[in-house]
Amino acid sequence: MATRVEPTPAPAGAARPTDPREAVERLRWIWETPRTLAGALTTVDHKTIGIRYLWTAAFFFVLAGADAALMRVQLAHADSRFLSPEAYDQLFSMHGTAMIFLYASPVLSGFSNYLVPLLIGSRDMAFPRLNAFSYWSFLFAGCFLYGSILVGQAPDGGWFAYVPLTTRAYSPGPNLDFYALGLLFLTISTTVGAANFIVSIAKLRAPGMSINRMPIYVWSTLSASVAMVFALPSLTVALVFLELDRRYATHFFDPQGGGSALLWQHLFWVFGHPWVYVVVLPAFGIVSTIIPTFCRRPLAAYTLVALASVSVAIFGFGVWAHHMFTTGMSAMATSFFSAASMTVSLPSGIATASWLTTIWFGKPVYKTPFLYCIGFLLLFVIGGLSGVMTGLVAFDRQVTDTYFVVAHLHYVLVGANVFPVLAGVHYWFPKFTGKMMHEGLGKLSFWVLFVGANVLFWPMHHLGLAGMPRRVYTYAPGMGLDAGNFWSTIGAAIFSVGFLIFVANVVRSLAGGEPAGDNPWGASTLEWSVSSPPPAYNFARIPTVRGREPLWEQGADEIAALDSGARGATLLEGRETLGTTVMDAADEGIMHMPGDSPWPLALAAALALLFWGLMLRGFWPSLLGVVATVFALGAWFWPAGHHGPGVPPRRGGAGREPAYGGGAA
Amino acid sequence: MIAPRSTLALLALLPRQVPTTLSIFAARGRAAMESAALGWGLIVISVIVFLIFLGFLALPLWRNRGRGDLSMAGAAQAVRDQHDHPDEIRGILLLGLALPALVLAAVFVWSTIKTSAQAQPFAVNDPDASERADAVVIGHQWWWEVRYPRDGVLTANELHVPVGRRVRIALSTEDVNHSFWVPQLAGKTDLVAGQVNTIWLEADTAGTYYGECAEFCGPQHAHMGFTVVAESPADYADWLATQHAPAVPATQPEVQAGRAAFASLGCAGCHAVRGTVFQGRAGPDLTHLASRATLAAGTLPNTRGDLAGWVADPQRVKPGNRMPVVAMSGTDLQAVVAYLESLH
Repeated sequence: MATRVEPTPAPAGAARPTDPREAVERLRWIWETPRTLAGALTTVDHKTIGIRYLWTAAFFFVLAGADAALMRVQLAHADSRFLSPEAYDQLFSMHGTAMIFLYASPVLSGFSNYLVPLLIGSRDMAFPRLNAFSYWSFLFAGCFLYGSILVGQAPDGGWFAYVPLTTRAYSPGPNLDFYALGLLFLTISTTVGAANFIVSIAKLRAPGMSINRMPIYVWSTLSASVAMVFALPSLTVALVFLELDRRYATHFFDPQGGGSALLWQHLFWVFGHPWVYVVVLPAFGIVSTIIPTFCRRPLAAYTLVALASVSVAIFGFGVWAHHMFTTGMSAMATSFFSAASMTVSLPSGIATASWLTTIWFGKPVYKTPFLYCIGFLLLFVIGGLSGVMTGLVAFDRQVTDTYFVVAHLHYVLVGANVFPVLAGVHYWFPKFTGKMMHEGLGKLSFWVLFVGANVLFWPMHHLGLAGMPRRVYTYAPGMGLDAGNFWSTIGAAIFSVGFLIFVANVVRSLAGGEPAGDNPWGASTLEWSVSSPPPAYNFARIPTVRGREPLWEQGADEIAALDSGARGATLLEGRETLGTTVMDAADEGIMHMPGDSPWPLALAAALALLFWGLMLRGFWPSLLGVVATVFALGAWFWPAGHHGPGVPPRRGGAGREPAYGGGAA
Repeated sequence: MIAPRSTLALLALLPRQVPTTLSIFAARGRAAMESAALGWGLIVISVIVFLIFLGFLALPLWRNRGRGDLSMAGAAQAVRDQHDHPDEIRGILLLGLALPALVLAAVFVWSTIKTSAQAQPFAVNDPDASERADAVVIGHQWWWEVRYPRDGVLTANELHVPVGRRVRIALSTEDVNHSFWVPQLAGKTDLVAGQVNTIWLEADTAGTYYGECAEFCGPQHAHMGFTVVAESPADYADWLATQHAPAVPATQPEVQAGRAAFASLGCAGCHAVRGTVFQGRAGPDLTHLASRATLAAGTLPNTRGDLAGWVADPQRVKPGNRMPVVAMSGTDLQAVVAYLESLH
């Protein structure tokens, strides 16, 4: 955790490395994690954590995608008996739950973890150990949720888990306990991750990166993180109530006991709708980063797009009941939420107009990441238009809970999450690995995925209008549903092939991609000023930023040449970065950061033990989990001694501390 | 041996001419017509908006192709030329904010007018609603209990309504949430645990309309259909009178044997036949089973063969439903089916 100390003027001549190579050597000694098993388990490097997030989210994407593929096989023709109703229910529940919680949100956390410190010119996140904990607990919670499938008892109440179907009376098995406890575990990870982003973005921006110079990606991550922090408590409360109702016969959701079944829906959607924006906002940020790069100009109307990000995150909290138009709410309530749903599309309109303007007045270069952004625009606008339709009460009463909504949400989430993520992977792969992805394979994967997505999801509009309800494991022939379902399944196959081409491209490029160089796209943001992949310490000197497009306005050489002010040398004393003021990013002092630590992993493992104990209703495992959690927290917070000038930095691993100029070491 | 068939396919086999559609655009009731008109309008507007968007996207992509390169110098020049250009900001505010706001405001007003024309639901969570309603529909996993309280009618999975008259229906649930949906007549209204929602249902043309559950309610959510028969007021009155009457006592030997088997096999533990000692309440009332169009909540057509298949093994057609497989001899099965077929 970063602790702030007062700025200490560097004693002239003392402890200042005279030779840049010596400084770099010392920085490597301070920041690099040894490439050992112990290093892998204790590292707090945001780049390593970011890549792990990406791989893990990709893994869950494949699992959740396989769930969907099985569903499409079942639905390929009428009255299929490929899957039992129970299996189908588990598959669609896990598909939704995993895609939302284990893929869509974590994959963006992966990008943000890797990119935010680089984009803002910092050496790490504000709370590096918390960051490591966030990843480990995400991994364990994801395995907890998917562990249910191994015992054939996966959640089967949908990702929305409406009561009373999910109460003990109607779902006596462990399925919904996996859901409630798994998501509770996951909310811990997500909450601390979001808090970490907010503080990092507020306090660790490079000097000069005032709030009106933050990259749009940073704005969107900030907006999404704030939305996360405010949305998750509602889910947490709902899950705790559900588990209490299930385990201890409380009556939060039991009408006969004075509770309310609708309360669950309100609590869930107060969380659930803002969450939709959480999983698309950073993706908007990716697009707002990539389109300007490949249109060779700054993003049009930066300020409006930044405000749009913030207002989507805020307005997103005022529309939840549009998921509940048919529950028997009053006309006044449905009208209010319908009107609110119209207004929430306005910020997206501004962002879309900005992207179009950027392209209109730009000089587009058709590289793979740009193509994926174009695909995003097309899919997202279709999803947005059907979203407006479903936001209108008189129409929604017919199409809600039909495949029309399935089509809508997949155009939005595949369009505004999957496509931007793929754009981001192709765009930052050179930075992550130092190697280029193959352009030809990249373009091929784009076209196959784009065609596949449309063949897969477009017919669902027709199915919904033809009256096919959601979440049915089969349907009757001769009702006008046969052709649409058949084509949709064909589309799923095409989409899978496209994804496999993408995977092949990743594997091939990891093994033998062309060397990338520092800035293969000629991009403007700070991550491209350092080597690919970046050094452990990110920036040898914290850059000073003078505009929104640092590398275009200042040039990488100038950035690299800039000293971080009078305290440049002090940043070699240990794991340190510069703290700056929230609005103006004026230099405020040095942030001391912790070194690698085993306790984040230990704490996540202790929590996993606790949640498995609760899951299995074992008293002793649960108690052991509590004790282990307290112990891990205690060890984590145990005073580690004084950080500060003159105190040798703590680091793990072997090796002699290199001397540096002046001989102060 | 019966194939698992879901509801609608079989409706085509019924003697009555029934629609084989659930399309929201095949509207035959006022509420559905309002939705359909709005739906067509929204589709047209969406297509126009999308084409405008496509133009703004495709034109520069085509016109500016090949003009770009990844040099830093060009981009640096663009920063100087295009940084927060006021024309761009004005254009974005116009095309991205003002114009969409106008369109959204217009469709919102239009939709609100349509919504109030639908007048649904007109009473929310009114505990007395069930008493004042023409019909009461109670959701069960996975069938629909149907009552006409003023007419003393109790049936299942089939509603009858007089053509051209608004029928007030109270919706509640016995277990989990469901949603009552007859796409050709009106949009959905949920059956929410612990509350009673009231809707109007109105059919403009005589016919049989198919309805289905639209809220996920467990493994057999897919097989929770029902039919709404809209008929002339005279036919409607006849139907009510028939349904009100108790079952006619069995006289034929096979039917009497079937009635005895119905008792001895335990069917009456869940099913009631009014006019007899069978008073089970967990499953659908069977007093006039033979008059219904479908079996197992719209899952099978009500033919002798399907009925026999259903009674012999309800778990095959609708796995996971609450009706257990009762071991019985072939003779008993034939007798029970004969008895059930006698319940007109």
